Amino acid sequence: MQPFVTLTSVAAPLAIANINTDDIFPAPATSPIKLGRAGASRDELGKNAFAVWRWNADETPRPEFVLNQPPFDQAAILVTLDNFGCGSSREMAVWTLLGTGIRCIIAPSFGDIFYGNCCKNGLLPVRLGGEDVAALLALVDVPGGALVTVDLTAQQVTGPDDSVHRFEIEPYHRTMLLAGLDEIAATLQRADAIEHFEQDYDRRRPWVAASGPPT
Amino acid sequence: MPRTLQQMIWDDHVIDTYPDGTCLLAVDRQMIYEGTSFQAFEALKISKRPVRRPAATLATPDHMVPTHDRSPQAMRSGSRHLVEALDRNCRDHGIFHIPLEDRRQGIVHVVGPEQGFTLPGLVLVCADSHTSTHGAFGALAFGIGTTELEHVLATQTLTQRPSRSMRVTVDGPLAPGVFAKDLALAMIAEIGASGGNGHAIEFAGSAIDALSMEGRMTLCNMAVEAGSRSGLVAPDETTFAYLDGRPFAPVGTAWDQAVAYWRTLRTEDGATFDAEHRLDGTALGPQVTWGTSPEHTVGVDRAVPDPDDAPDAQTADAWRRALEYMDLRPGTAMADVAVDRVFIGTCTNGRLEDIRAAAAVVRGRRIAPGVHAMVTPGSGLVREAAEREGLDVVLRDAGFEWRLPGCSMCFGGAYDSVGDGQRCASTSNRNFENRQGRGARTHLMSPAMAAAAAVTGRITDVRELG
Repeated sequence: MQPFVTLTSVAAPLAIANINTDDIFPAPATSPIKLGRAGASRDELGKNAFAVWRWNADETPRPEFVLNQPPFDQAAILVTLDNFGCGSSREMAVWTLLGTGIRCIIAPSFGDIFYGNCCKNGLLPVRLGGEDVAALLALVDVPGGALVTVDLTAQQVTGPDDSVHRFEIEPYHRTMLLAGLDEIAATLQRADAIEHFEQDYDRRRPWVAASGPPT
Repeated sequence: MPRTLQQMIWDDHVIDTYPDGTCLLAVDRQMIYEGTSFQAFEALKISKRPVRRPAATLATPDHMVPTHDRSPQAMRSGSRHLVEALDRNCRDHGIFHIPLEDRRQGIVHVVGPEQGFTLPGLVLVCADSHTSTHGAFGALAFGIGTTELEHVLATQTLTQRPSRSMRVTVDGPLAPGVFAKDLALAMIAEIGASGGNGHAIEFAGSAIDALSMEGRMTLCNMAVEAGSRSGLVAPDETTFAYLDGRPFAPVGTAWDQAVAYWRTLRTEDGATFDAEHRLDGTALGPQVTWGTSPEHTVGVDRAVPDPDDAPDAQTADAWRRALEYMDLRPGTAMADVAVDRVFIGTCTNGRLEDIRAAAAVVRGRRIAPGVHAMVTPGSGLVREAAEREGLDVVLRDAGFEWRLPGCSMCFGGAYDSVGDGQRCASTSNRNFENRQGRGARTHLMSPAMAAAAAVTGRITDVRELG
């Protein structure tokens, strides 16, 4: 995956709580790009991002939606409210955000599965306190936009007013994001430990391997 | 230190612990379906990685399948490609697969338990958030993303941090006309749609002990709507009786060994939870959602709330937005809200017990003029069992469509959606904006309540129908 180290960009304000993954990546009935059709691989899903809010049914843009308004249409950072990415586990929600140019989301909290999906795709989820987020929202929600810098090495966000907001992230995720790590390759290097565990487990819980679907 | 059920299962599966507390966790089994697995198989193909343990997987298509007609011409190209890709990937990797034409096909979260694939004590995953359903058996079951699924298929492990622990204790018994779905909605209203974030919820108490496996599955299914990746119920005699004799369950000595172990899977006396909630199930009536988050729940005898009464400004904003989307005014009695559509089914409420409850309400009655109502059984075997009991006839006679198994109108999929501005009484799990289709207005409720709404044409307290 693409590493994430530092990023400076216009930040788009989206002051709605509990934005769910159906909002971010709507189901086929309401999305322009249909899964399974040609041109629907994971790198080509950007047009579906917030599709119902962003496009009319005839796919013309809805000018009132922030990501259709310059300069927010160029934003790589999204500032939003609690529980962003709740609901469905669909990783398409992360792919579609990346596809539309978003590399970092700042919010007080995230849906658990979405948070993990972000970290495995080079999209940095930044958890800041509610007051910090409210302050940032006020600063970036201005005509012409405002720049925000996110530095994963230093674990800090710098607002347009040079205010510095430190954030916490699990060291495992931080390392993976900074290096753009292939996690499967890293886990496969522990094949011996996995093998050893499985042999022991099969002795302890023999009915698991002895049951299940026919092979 | 006494441990919770969740900790016991977690500890049993830790292969390694990294310096920051992230664990390499063994995964016993996984379920896959067409919608979120094809990208994982594509990635494995590109990296030339094999599937580590094909026998640990159960596959069936559910999300993108038509439920009105299974003839080849009924399939649209996108979903046909996804279903064919699942067929091909399972064949190529030697994965057990229940294909679309098989009588056992259905929603993975209905099929897994029904086949005895889901067992207590397992770590069980699926690239679907409603994997929490399987926690009803005392398994640690949670939804993952597609990249995590790829990791599981390649390594039979995940890197995870343990969730914090929460216990929701519910005193029973529940009153007649009140079901696990009402309990789930009331629980979410109590702790909030993000109240369970970062936690696994164990459900306990006399109301939970008295629930059937179907009811426990409904409750654990909805744990994710409170933000929790996992719901858990300690396995007991109800669990063992459900599993005994299922096609993929252990048999003979293996069964005896398994049950002996499963009996030990209970939160130990003195174990402490990071959070505790208690609900009085005896005081609970039927619940219904009024807004666009599952936390927007009230008793059916109540009115639409007023944003001016919201606990804080952010909640007031969310309520206003929800009321505008739902086209509802504060103070309107929920029982005055008319519906256009009724949808009974899904991984939340598509099991035999749910269809029985709906049929009991509509027996000898007709659905109201102008209402379109359908029942989508959760699996082919649920459908057959309902037909053996004549429930399909009861429902058809009342004016319901009797569909084929799949996720159907739970979300605006390729085939079924609620029209713009239409209002749907739904037994599904999410009342999000546009979830069931562009402009669709969803009211979540139990199957009995949805059936009552079909009969009267408005949201109705099922207890009033007698």
